[in-house]
Amino acid sequence: MARYVVNRLTQAIMLLVIVSAIGFAILHMAPGGPLSQFAASAQMTQEDLDRVTKQLGLDRPLPIQYFDWFGRMLKGDWGKSYRDGEPVLSVISSHLGATLELMATATIIAVLLGCWIGILGALRRYSLFDTLATVGAMIALSIPTFWFGLVTIYVFSVKLGWLPAGNRQTVGDGSFLDLLHHLIAPAMVLALVETAMWGRFMRSSMLEVINQDYIRTARAKGIPEWRILTVHALRNALLPMITVAGLQFPTLLGGALVAETVFTWPGMGRLFLDSIGYRDYPVVMGILMFSATMVLIGSLLADILYAVVDPRIRVG
Amino acid sequence: MADDTGKFGVGALHLGIPNRRQFFQLGAGAAAGWTLSGSSFAQTERPTNPPDKPRGQVIAALSQEPTVFHPLMPGIEVDQGIWWQVFSPLWYIEPDGKFVPDLAREVPTIENGGLSADGLTWKIKLRSDVKWHDGTPFTAEDVKFSLELINKPDFRARSRVGHSLVKDIKIVAPDEIHWRMETAYSPYMSILAALTFIVPKHILEKVTDPNASPFHNAPVGTGPFRWGERVPGDHIQLNAHAGYHGKGPYVERVVFKYIPDLTVLYTQFRTGQVDYTGLQGILPNFVQEAKTLKGRKIFVSSTSSVEHIAPNLEFGPFADRTVREALYLGINKQAIIDALNYGLPRLTESFVPQQAWSFQQGLPQHKYDPAKANALLDAAGWVRGAGGVREKGGVKLEFTNSTTSGNAVREQTQQLLIQDWRAIGAAMRVNNMPAAVIWGDFWQQSKFNSVLVSVNFMLGSDPDVTPRFGSGAIPAKGGRGYNTYQYRNPEADRLLAEGARQFEQAQRKTTYGDLQKLIRDDLAILPLFQGFIAEGVKEGLQGFRPNINMSINCWNIREWYWA
Repeated sequence: MARYVVNRLTQAIMLLVIVSAIGFAILHMAPGGPLSQFAASAQMTQEDLDRVTKQLGLDRPLPIQYFDWFGRMLKGDWGKSYRDGEPVLSVISSHLGATLELMATATIIAVLLGCWIGILGALRRYSLFDTLATVGAMIALSIPTFWFGLVTIYVFSVKLGWLPAGNRQTVGDGSFLDLLHHLIAPAMVLALVETAMWGRFMRSSMLEVINQDYIRTARAKGIPEWRILTVHALRNALLPMITVAGLQFPTLLGGALVAETVFTWPGMGRLFLDSIGYRDYPVVMGILMFSATMVLIGSLLADILYAVVDPRIRVG
Repeated sequence: MADDTGKFGVGALHLGIPNRRQFFQLGAGAAAGWTLSGSSFAQTERPTNPPDKPRGQVIAALSQEPTVFHPLMPGIEVDQGIWWQVFSPLWYIEPDGKFVPDLAREVPTIENGGLSADGLTWKIKLRSDVKWHDGTPFTAEDVKFSLELINKPDFRARSRVGHSLVKDIKIVAPDEIHWRMETAYSPYMSILAALTFIVPKHILEKVTDPNASPFHNAPVGTGPFRWGERVPGDHIQLNAHAGYHGKGPYVERVVFKYIPDLTVLYTQFRTGQVDYTGLQGILPNFVQEAKTLKGRKIFVSSTSSVEHIAPNLEFGPFADRTVREALYLGINKQAIIDALNYGLPRLTESFVPQQAWSFQQGLPQHKYDPAKANALLDAAGWVRGAGGVREKGGVKLEFTNSTTSGNAVREQTQQLLIQDWRAIGAAMRVNNMPAAVIWGDFWQQSKFNSVLVSVNFMLGSDPDVTPRFGSGAIPAKGGRGYNTYQYRNPEADRLLAEGARQFEQAQRKTTYGDLQKLIRDDLAILPLFQGFIAEGVKEGLQGFRPNINMSINCWNIREWYWA
């Protein structure tokens, strides 16, 4: 088992190095740069721009910039944001809480609701509920998050006035209730796609399990249906969901990016979008490395958990 | 009522449950026999003048996030929204173009002896009652430090235009400072007014790296508001500075709320979550609806920016002035203004805003005349070839036009231009790019054929456009400036040099008037209209004054108060 974990860890580290090199190259080779936002300003001349470019070290050859950045990153110095001069790690951490809050809420909603819909759908296969759940999931997966977000604001904020039209909290009010009030709409929007995905995966997984011989045997032995469902079927049906959970991070982050923009939620997604727009190289690279690490950790944990549960994986 | 002061966001009322204070207010109102409407309640308490003490708060929404708080470092317009509240310049510019002393006791002129007749010696008398937010007195040392910091080689200064000419700075007294200019440069008056804020020596002289220090994220100034807190990606809170040397501030707090999407920004203004929609304001398509909203006021004002087609004058067909004139005649400007911009902008023929003292009246007015355009091109030997596209000497009258991708109104403008120009035998193709790309080398190094762009040509209120139209300011030819049009005209160079030496406004008006005529005649740019911004404020919020001489209209929040 230890060898298996070490192998997977080595692969993950190599993957991170490759991601960093490709990400750095693509980002820096894209046209424009962090100073192009000042180009339309009457205040800065080309001479000023050239001077600032040199002061930031952006005039150096790309490989030198990369190795300089990589070397400092290994020492824990992820650089400073070109926009506000703050250390990248501090910039990321200041936005991380908001995103985690949104993602965690959406995940809780999606897991509970999705699993329930999936299990019920599998148990009542081809029933009206199952059909409605299937159609609903298809619609949910097809609706663009941005559009759904705007419709939610229009209905619940503009028309009904029940929910705020955005923001994480009312300025000057840091209460839990206020936070919750602001969280409902973006979490609901973000959870929509997640719920549909969890529902579909759970239904397939459950269907596969309840058609197994051992379930039939259990039924033949006269074990009560609720016990078959919870003790025998559900535990096994949840196993493949470990992988689903491990790989949900990038999807969630992508959804959060849109939801954060629509609901002016001060999280990582919006930071990433803003930083790309400004060509804030250190922050974009920081978020890229952070996200890649999170995805790899998620995937690694899923693999390890799977290997713990199913020893055949280790041998393979 | 609490909400009228902006103290409580409307969002808090959405729950439909009044808080204890509101409950008592409503109860008291009912007992007094009032109708329970917010307006009648507010009416009884409405003062006619600013309050004696700061009261309430303003939530100002901005579509870009302010991130640069050191006012001498590279920043964009939105950052100035913070600088104007936290810092002070020596003097500032009123909407009518007048300089008003701020940290200085008076604005230096040749008449009051602040400026020598040759414009080389500047003597500035300073206020002695100004304190930094930490209580330290402001002195001439701070002014000297600020000017020297800008020119310090390792400091990442925004711009040294004008500042690099400052020599021999002498502190005569704690409240008086003199310096000499290497050459006379009258635009410096405007640069000091609108673009140069004074920073504290007692804090910044101690930092090891002038480009990164705690000050950069918790600035200390002499302005009407003190730094409060910043929640990155969300908002910045500034608190009233009780010891402010000028009038105001009249609100306890200003909260700058970052809302990147303009539709969402308008929605939050509509639902009452924000009190003011600042940069970039309300989208033109929402303006008519916004004007009908209860409890909201909409201001549509001109900006200094001129929306224009920037031709690359070194690019084939555009080098021919006749082509530029024909293209200009072929544009249906009114359709662009009415159909795409809801009739809000004003036609213009100059790079100077029409409200400026230097604006030249009577420039030739554009006419939409495709027949004349065709005749001009025929006469100049541009013959229609295959597909109806004209050509001359092997050069086809076809080109690309670029603008920021995603800007819907500009993209629609391009479609109208394609149609208009096809009628006169010119073929235009669209080549749009994201902002971070188009304004990089593509624009700076004149790699474009033509660009649809909005530019503020003014230095504060000064019409000196040497960096834009001077022949020595072409970056693609190693010049220092932004003459990406690659415009070269010896007469323009002469006028620019003359205007920068003159200190008499009447003389300068003549000089820059001649320059405007010349640039209009040369069609160095094809102006479409003067820019505009639609901003909304909640009813009851007083003091908002659009200022065309500033990059941002929330320059004077110190004067704002809730009535």
